[in-house]
Amino acid sequence: MRVLAIDTSNLVLSVAVVDEKRVLGEITTNLQKNHSVRMMDAISELLDDLDMGPEELSGIAVAKGPGSYTGVRIGVSTAKSMAWSLQIPVVGVSSLQAVAMNAFGFSGGIIPLFDARRGQVYTGYYQADQAGLAELVLEERIMLLTDWLSVVKEQAKGAPLLFLGDDTAVHRESILADLGEQALFAPVSFNHPRAAHIGWLGQKLLMQAGTVHELVPEYLQVAEAEAKWLAKQNG
Amino acid sequence: MSRQKESRYQQRVQAAYRSQLTAGRPVTILGVETSCDETSAAVVVDGTTVLSNIIASQADIHKRFGGVVPEVASRRHVENITMTIEEALQEAGKRLDEIDAIAVTYGPGLVGALLVGVAAAKAISFARGIPLIGVHHIAGHIYANRLVTEMQFPLIALVVSGGHTELVLMKEHGHYEILGETRDDAAGEAYDKVARSLDLPYPGGPHIDRLAHEGEANVPLPRAWLEPDSYDFSFSGLKSAVLNTLHNAAQRGETIVPANLAASFQASVVEVLVEKTIRAAREYDAKQILLAGGVAANRGLRTALTTRCEAEGLSLVIPPLSLCTDNAAMIAAAGYVSYTKGEFADLDLNGVPGLDLTASCAE
Repeated sequence: MRVLAIDTSNLVLSVAVVDEKRVLGEITTNLQKNHSVRMMDAISELLDDLDMGPEELSGIAVAKGPGSYTGVRIGVSTAKSMAWSLQIPVVGVSSLQAVAMNAFGFSGGIIPLFDARRGQVYTGYYQADQAGLAELVLEERIMLLTDWLSVVKEQAKGAPLLFLGDDTAVHRESILADLGEQALFAPVSFNHPRAAHIGWLGQKLLMQAGTVHELVPEYLQVAEAEAKWLAKQNG
Repeated sequence: MSRQKESRYQQRVQAAYRSQLTAGRPVTILGVETSCDETSAAVVVDGTTVLSNIIASQADIHKRFGGVVPEVASRRHVENITMTIEEALQEAGKRLDEIDAIAVTYGPGLVGALLVGVAAAKAISFARGIPLIGVHHIAGHIYANRLVTEMQFPLIALVVSGGHTELVLMKEHGHYEILGETRDDAAGEAYDKVARSLDLPYPGGPHIDRLAHEGEANVPLPRAWLEPDSYDFSFSGLKSAVLNTLHNAAQRGETIVPANLAASFQASVVEVLVEKTIRAAREYDAKQILLAGGVAANRGLRTALTTRCEAEGLSLVIPPLSLCTDNAAMIAAAGYVSYTKGEFADLDLNGVPGLDLTASCAE
């Protein structure tokens, strides 16, 4: 079973092919731009290197967000259209969980985060399960970082907290100011999402995949215009 | 990892194209359009015969915002895209392996919305190894006419919609020369703004058109002819004149009959559009005049242009209403011209919000 995995949900562009036993290949770049222009060429190049055609794929896994709205849509639109054309299943995997996977084996709280502007972050609280894999403990959300830090402090009960993601660099000072030595930061090579993780996670979900049409992004918030309209209706 | 040699994808596309040319079968193209607030997919044969044209409109969703909200539109496109394409194939009675190429709007339009269609088209092209064709949205509107009758060159196309007002000269297939365009608001935009000032719902064009037929064009409003030889348009002055008329009347405690104001506004827009089109047709010895774009649904414009063309002995083509508004059949029709010329896009095709009509997808 060969699964194509795609992540264009944030600044990193990553594509991979995995099977049950191995990661067959992965292309990951952190150029922070032009996912629309570069992604299909990356997939084409990867499959050519692996000497395989798209018809040899048996499933697709895609980072469904949260992240850049446009980036998420490029990945999800591509994944569902390709899956539909090849008549194979497709699943969405959390973009935050993909980053949390980088903390395999870490026993404290795992906090992947992406900057969401205006002091907010997209984040969740993960913890290693018995197999050492990141399991979601506090649901993913968009929240003011300052509020989130109180939430994670309470959940951790003194355990160390590992903050992951390139955007932690932006918020490092605020995190340290609040949490001090309880906060840990990984070397940069652990901060970016890797499509190989998404492919591996997705492989286990493909059996229960719904129809291709049902796959939609996970934005974690309604569009601004819709939020304003809803507020007006209720207010 | 720079790569000089041809990718497998490119080899498959070329092989598919050669085999199609050798077989000489009719060319079946899947069109995809997501540039604004309609998710549309269509199957068209030889750029002339529509087998299906599915349009998932979001008009009802955007009505409550008083205009199209780009983020909301983009979200809907992702939700609808594969379902819309599947319906287009089903209605056409075609399987995906019977499709020879996929044509997609890559500009101009809302970038987030364009990207959904472009990503989907690239993915299908890659998965199936069939040619990918990037289509300019306005070229699509013009080619909606070829679904009605064969084009004869040279021709003059008047393109009027919520985002565009252009006079285009075509001397051959796939070749466009812009003679004039709006210097400020598009005609459809002016309609929406005037409709708002008369408290008519969004989108305002059809409401103004309906109201205009109930009124008399007796309110003096300007006509923006610009320089004597110019084919450009300008509607912001007219829009301001309408607002001033309403404002002044309110201050004097007078009432303006909305139907009369709508009729006067429409008369001003239509007169300028029609006269410049006729002048261009005469200057370039046009064999045909084509009307294109969403405002082509306007009864006032259709009637006036038809009358003038008959008087001048000019041949006029107007697509049926269903092909005037945004739809993917027109994109497939325009894409067919690129197909016959072998002009295909590569997998790095991007959505280009401000795409120029004279630009080619080979860029």
